[in-house]
Amino acid sequence: MSIKVRYFASLKELIGRDSDVCEFTSGMTVLGAWQVVVPDKSMPNNILAAINMEYVSLDALLTNEDELAFFPPVTGG
Amino acid sequence: MIKITPSEFEPYRELEQYQLQQKAQLSGKQGAANVFVGTMRDFNDGEAVKGMTLEHYPEMTEKQLEHVLADAKKQWPLLDALVIHRVGDVFPDDVLVLVAVWSAHRGAAFDACRFIMEALKSRVPFWKQEILNDDTRRWVAKNTDGYVN
Repeated sequence: MSIKVRYFASLKELIGRDSDVCEFTSGMTVLGAWQVVVPDKSMPNNILAAINMEYVSLDALLTNEDELAFFPPVTGG
Repeated sequence: MIKITPSEFEPYRELEQYQLQQKAQLSGKQGAANVFVGTMRDFNDGEAVKGMTLEHYPEMTEKQLEHVLADAKKQWPLLDALVIHRVGDVFPDDVLVLVAVWSAHRGAAFDACRFIMEALKSRVPFWKQEILNDDTRRWVAKNTDGYVN
């Protein structure tokens, strides 16, 4: 299975790129995907995650062709 | 209606046009409208700010705003709601956000407008990066509670 992982705002700068592709077999969680695509950095405390543009917790499971996103707290308005 | 725009907009003109367009839906039923306009300051967190870039997550932004409006409509009997939010490069005095709601009575209009604005600031994926006078850039780490002096 394969998913796209996207990063936004200050997290994109911290990681140094705006996206990755993550290949996995099955049973991959959001946190597990982070550890695969950003193995050199532990996840900052306040990071939010979304699968297919809906907020999820770090133990949510991924399925093939999901779009996973990681980003810092939002600051619009 | 939800609109995300990279272009400067004049909120009162947008409101006037939208109300004309929605006349059939609002006529005779509306007893209250509440409007919030958010504008860029030239200072923040003790520093002068000369510009800002508003980044967003396209599609998720619209999706989460739809959820916010749906949540508001579950809690209050709204006739209509309009949200316009700017993205891209902005400067002091530029309007960043317009929230307008229409209802039969003022309570729902006041409360729903506040709810939508606060939910937007905590749930909808926009991020501000400020440009200071010496051209350094800094990300706004979190939104305040709205009562900062």
